[in-house]
Amino acid sequence: MALLPDDKVKIRVEELSFFYGKTQALKSNNLEIADRRITALIGPSGCGKSTHIRTYNRMFELYPGQRATGRIRMDGLDVLDRGSVDGITLRSRVGMVFQKPTPFPMSIWDNVAFGLKLKGCTGTELEQGVTQALQEAALWDEVKDRLRASGLSLSGGQQQRLCIARALAVRPEVLLLDEPASALDPIATARIEELIRGMRGSLTVVLVTHNMQQAARVSDYTAFFYMGELVEHGPTDQLFTFPRERRTEEYITGKFG
Amino acid sequence: MGIDVISERQVGLVSNESRANARRRTSLFGDRLLRAATLCGALFLLLVVAGMAIMLIHGASTALGHFGPSFLGSQSWDPVRERFGALPSLLGTILSAGLALLLAVPLSLGIAMFLTELAPAWLARPVAAAVEVLAAIPSIIYGMWGLFVLAPAIASHLQPLLSRHLGWLPLFQGPPMGIGMMTAAIVLALMVVPYIAAVARDLFTMVPPSIKEAASGVGATRWEVMWHVVIPFTRSGLVGAIVLGLGRALGETMAVTFVIGNSHHISASLYKPSNTIASTLANEFTEATGGLYVSSLIALALVLFLLTFVILAIGRILVSRTALQGERAT
Repeated sequence: MALLPDDKVKIRVEELSFFYGKTQALKSNNLEIADRRITALIGPSGCGKSTHIRTYNRMFELYPGQRATGRIRMDGLDVLDRGSVDGITLRSRVGMVFQKPTPFPMSIWDNVAFGLKLKGCTGTELEQGVTQALQEAALWDEVKDRLRASGLSLSGGQQQRLCIARALAVRPEVLLLDEPASALDPIATARIEELIRGMRGSLTVVLVTHNMQQAARVSDYTAFFYMGELVEHGPTDQLFTFPRERRTEEYITGKFG
Repeated sequence: MGIDVISERQVGLVSNESRANARRRTSLFGDRLLRAATLCGALFLLLVVAGMAIMLIHGASTALGHFGPSFLGSQSWDPVRERFGALPSLLGTILSAGLALLLAVPLSLGIAMFLTELAPAWLARPVAAAVEVLAAIPSIIYGMWGLFVLAPAIASHLQPLLSRHLGWLPLFQGPPMGIGMMTAAIVLALMVVPYIAAVARDLFTMVPPSIKEAASGVGATRWEVMWHVVIPFTRSGLVGAIVLGLGRALGETMAVTFVIGNSHHISASLYKPSNTIASTLANEFTEATGGLYVSSLIALALVLFLLTFVILAIGRILVSRTALQGERAT
């Protein structure tokens, strides 16, 4: 299933299985995530695509009873190996944005500064980091006059871009987006998609979406999940036009899902 | 035949309609009844509060007329010469409740944090149950335990230790008797902990997991997630819980009366016997002879009543102060 040469791979997932207690949610997933490209994970609800990306930053370890087996090599190091990779450091390298906007109950500025402050940034470094992140998230012009207002005072789409800015501020190498636009209206969705496309070349992005058009519009590579299995993965154009697997074809042509 | 069918249908329609109307009428009546009942309940509550205030003011009028505003500032409490002042009891009330919160708030938040974030399920359940049991224990039992167990332990262990290391502070000077302000504050803290901890635990579990994950997602430790995100997220509820605890600490009578020593002297030392308004009332009402004495005690009750109002108001102001700009809009 090797698709890419090693130097173009940011994350190599090998034989990844995942368990919620005794229930197996992922079955031996093998996947490559291309460096500084956008990879979309598609599939019907409950197929394991969100569970899959939550292993990349070991978010699952906050909950008892959840465990992952297999290997997830990021730049060669297995991030599932608790001995060699610290979860806190890992999560500051692998940012995450969720389906529903999650602004913290603090000002817009403090929201974006949050991760930077944890890293120990102060003064102009902090100031610049916040400004740059807000600009990258295409939010700066809308909020520059009210940085002290609560993050909760923004609209849904703005809140989501605030969350993206907050994730970008700590300069992650990988950004995980878990259905980031599914709670937003079409205009806000279009802005988020534009934003994601703009990350190509500078950041490794993994986008979970149930919206196939979105995957087709935004991503370079697409992987199709079904019932915890990774059915197929390849360049987006290829997967959508010439799917190799029958299940992929049935899904993208709308036979189920 | 055809006509029959139509008329049957019409009959059906009519009866359906009238049934619906009848139902609407009864439900309208029900609405009105509910409205009236709830209104009565609300008004009754106001009436009770107003009635209490009027009763207290009326009962206190003799003492307040006699002593004037100096009642609040006076330290003397002399039933023989009939000179009464609220200051020792008032200070004792505020100090004991304040110290109790100082001890109880961090402990309660710690317990709530442990229960929601850290404890494995097999431990969380019994601990949560224990917290609830603590809240249900009658205060007289706290008082007896405080008097027979805690006070001797504090006198023989905690107070000598504090005197040795912090004895240069006036707070920790004097004979380690066990009975006094310090023991009262500790007993009060233990009584308040279950209240604050139970509410805080409920509040913490209501924080959406995605918010906590988002904070972890930018590299926050569990502690940083709690301190920077979960606590601010729940702060108005937490202030409410603390005010609730403070209310209990201010008004707690039996447990405090057992261990505080009941002295009307104001002292800088936490070891010394002291008094609260509630314990003064409990101790002296039965012995109060003479109109001025009784009236002074009722005036003390009025002070406690007003103090509770002030504390509630401060709580409300704190909640609205800490709310961020624009937050209420959502």
